[in-house]
Amino acid sequence: MTLTGSIVVVVGALFLFLGSLGVYRLPDVYNRLQAGTKCTTLGAFLTVIGVGLMNPGWFPKTLLIALFILLTNPISSHALGRAGQKSGVPLWEGSVVDRSDDFRDTERTE
Amino acid sequence: MTDVVALILIGAGIVLCLLRMIRGPSTADRAVAVDTSATVTTALLVLLGAIFKQYIYLDVALVYAVLTFIGAVAIARYLERGL
Repeated sequence: MTLTGSIVVVVGALFLFLGSLGVYRLPDVYNRLQAGTKCTTLGAFLTVIGVGLMNPGWFPKTLLIALFILLTNPISSHALGRAGQKSGVPLWEGSVVDRSDDFRDTERTE
Repeated sequence: MTDVVALILIGAGIVLCLLRMIRGPSTADRAVAVDTSATVTTALLVLLGAIFKQYIYLDVALVYAVLTFIGAVAIARYLERGL
């Protein structure tokens, strides 16, 4: 069980490193947001669950932390991407399509 | 041994997020870097709790995750339409 937990922790740390590398290397706010959200969500999930596998008495609380990360990380990244678009951050010049104007009419007006 | 490898990978990730936080051309870039490094730091706290055999670190990680989620949503709302 300890060996399984250690392998899961190292794989999760590798995903965390790759997500941070994507945040540093990618050309655009939205690309960076994609790398920094999906990759680090999986990496943090695997790392926390791996610690729970290494110490079986800790498993309920690590599962709670992992589920909390899994629920709240997409919400905060969605809010950040929407804020970036509303504050007028331009797309990268290599971007192919932008369909955000199609939904502008259906937005809620306060 | 595997703890050292995981700590080196996570530390390098936090340094890359800090570099993007310094260099980022717009405010949204910096907010994305802060959000990413907060998630990485939550995982790092849990891993440090496993290394030092301290159960209290899990509580610290849980509270840190809650606070950074609220902070990211607040920053996004500020960028979107002001305070």
